[in-house]
Amino acid sequence: MMNPWLRALVYALLICTVILTLTAWSIWFERKFAGRMQSRLGPTFYGPAGLAQPIMDALKLLQKEWLIPETADRWLFILAPPLTVILALGSAAVIPFSATVVAADLDIGVLYLLALGSLMVIPVWVAGWSSNNKYAMLGAMRAVAQGVSYEIPLVLASLVPVILAGSMSLSDIVRYQMEHGWFVAWPPGPGLIAFLFFLPASLAEANRIPFDIPEAESELIAGVTTEYTGMGFGFLYLAEYLHTLIVSAVASALFFGGWDGPFRPGLHWMVLKTLLLFAGIFWVRWSLVRFRSDQLMKLCWRYMVPAGLVLVMSAGLWVFFRGGQP
Amino acid sequence: MAMTQTSPVTAGWADPYLDIEAYDPEADLMVLNLGPQHPSTHGVFRLKLYLDGEIIVKVVPFAGYLHRGVEKLCEKLTMVQLPPIFDKNDYVSPMMNEQSLVMSFEALLGIEVPRRARYLRTILAELQRIASHLLWLGAFAMDLGGALGGGSTLFLYCFRERELILDLFEELTGGRFHYNTHLIGGNRHDVPVGWDPKVYAALDVIEARLVEYEDFLTRNQIYIDRTRGVGVVDAELAMNLGITGPVLRAAGVDHDLRRDAPYHCYDEIDVRVVTATAGDCEARGTVRLGEMRESIRLVRELLPGLPTGPLGARKPIKTPLAEKASKGHAYACVESPRGELGVYTIGGGDNKGASPYRLKIRSPSLHVLSCLPYVLPGQSVSDAVAVLGSLDPIMGEVDR
Repeated sequence: MMNPWLRALVYALLICTVILTLTAWSIWFERKFAGRMQSRLGPTFYGPAGLAQPIMDALKLLQKEWLIPETADRWLFILAPPLTVILALGSAAVIPFSATVVAADLDIGVLYLLALGSLMVIPVWVAGWSSNNKYAMLGAMRAVAQGVSYEIPLVLASLVPVILAGSMSLSDIVRYQMEHGWFVAWPPGPGLIAFLFFLPASLAEANRIPFDIPEAESELIAGVTTEYTGMGFGFLYLAEYLHTLIVSAVASALFFGGWDGPFRPGLHWMVLKTLLLFAGIFWVRWSLVRFRSDQLMKLCWRYMVPAGLVLVMSAGLWVFFRGGQP
Repeated sequence: MAMTQTSPVTAGWADPYLDIEAYDPEADLMVLNLGPQHPSTHGVFRLKLYLDGEIIVKVVPFAGYLHRGVEKLCEKLTMVQLPPIFDKNDYVSPMMNEQSLVMSFEALLGIEVPRRARYLRTILAELQRIASHLLWLGAFAMDLGGALGGGSTLFLYCFRERELILDLFEELTGGRFHYNTHLIGGNRHDVPVGWDPKVYAALDVIEARLVEYEDFLTRNQIYIDRTRGVGVVDAELAMNLGITGPVLRAAGVDHDLRRDAPYHCYDEIDVRVVTATAGDCEARGTVRLGEMRESIRLVRELLPGLPTGPLGARKPIKTPLAEKASKGHAYACVESPRGELGVYTIGGGDNKGASPYRLKIRSPSLHVLSCLPYVLPGQSVSDAVAVLGSLDPIMGEVDR
């Protein structure tokens, strides 16, 4: 048996590398996908089918001068972008990619994920505040309002698999689904509805369209990222994609049986499911217009929170009456 | 800001001359300059917004960043040199600009335009209306959905369809954007061989796609939430401010120059005017979508009946009849996609009377923008962008 510290380090490095690479090419994938949707070609220049485009993008961002506005709060301004990436990557630690590939199989994995997710609000606020720019400020205000509000339906939706499986560990939740069927299909009702709540709520947390009002570029130019250039912007951009990727991975673990599959369960199923969900999120993004801030709040507090409470209760009743035995 | 000034428009609307000091002695409002460089001000337009949180308290619009002195230029160039200059005014519907200009000169000089040219002008105007409204639809979707989202998808779709019409214009005039096809007394370019079937084919494609776009918007709850009841301009406000075009018709006023003051050959065909009653962004969208359908119908009806005959007045007009022009003045207006686009000319200026003495453009976009200080207060920044997009202002025309 390996030294636990060494094991953690190896896994951390491995997962960071794989996830960061995957994120870079997911940007290529999204651009290609969006291009095809919009009857364009998307990136074509670098590499076959533009596959080297993410490398070029990163190089371009690295070469750019990182301008810091004179009136900005210098240290906070510099601190915010790496912080977003760290928090987004941190969530990857507890995601079980397969029965063995998991960096830290925490007993409270779901809680840890939700906690890191809600912490994401802080660097975004810091970025907006320290920029000392009115557009960034408005964007940050929207981001905080939105992040804090959508935390609640997100927690309620995540509670459903937790209650059904009787565990907060993501691996245990997946194992339960391997035995009893995926939550999205069984028990009929709560699982599927919880997924339909989880996805928009996490999109809202990750600031994706139709919930991308914090950086609504037609209104707020670029929201919190307005003053960022070079790799500062690169990090904020990367964090957004990381967050989306991790949300897809968490959703496939919570609701779609993780690494379980019709045959040969393993890592490949998890990756496939994650990427499919990811593509679904792109699809939504490139076909919807965005909400207004107050409408988003209304949707959250008036519909999703009460319905989420009912959902949690129904999951509890299911477990109570069926004794966890399907 | 003069504090004694009072709003010319009656109660029920926000006061454009609101005294901020009196409104909020603590001065805890945020002043946000939306523009002149901003993704969704449709050019260089500045809105000074006084924000209470995200709610707009007062709006001060600033235009003039794109002022090029076109009206002054008109006093220096001869009349025949002017149509290409006018292409650049409302750069989304150049045909209408040329038409309003040459119609004004024709009225001034008393030139009769042959029937074939009038027909062709009508067809071009209607095709241009489709192209212009398509661009509006795309830009509006982008205002609502952002350049990196669903909005840009619709934007690119609309550009794809607009391209079909630009291709038709290119084949006819040689220019995709700045046509210079209208002459005083007629048209320069005749319909090329094999143009008609291409027009019908393009119209078929656009008509089919319009259904998709309508579904994309009107069956989308987010779009409805964003536009219904937002930026209401009612009939009274619209008429007080001199607003014309789709914004006026969306407020329920059944007014369309094509039917009410026919020019070209509009008196020979039946123009159905599309109106709505709500006066909000959604109604303006409905009106424009309906107008595209109507324009498609008009072109289909007009093109087979294109009369034979000369395309221009008997002699090419090189130098306008100076002695005649020096006495007169004339106004001509067309229903451009944005409303009443008029040109008022006083003849007999420089170049021995070959230039106008004075020329005034009545651009619909300027009048449309004047509703912003009345309409926007009480709504949020997001709504400001939606309302501005739904008004479809073209800055080249506002500032001239």
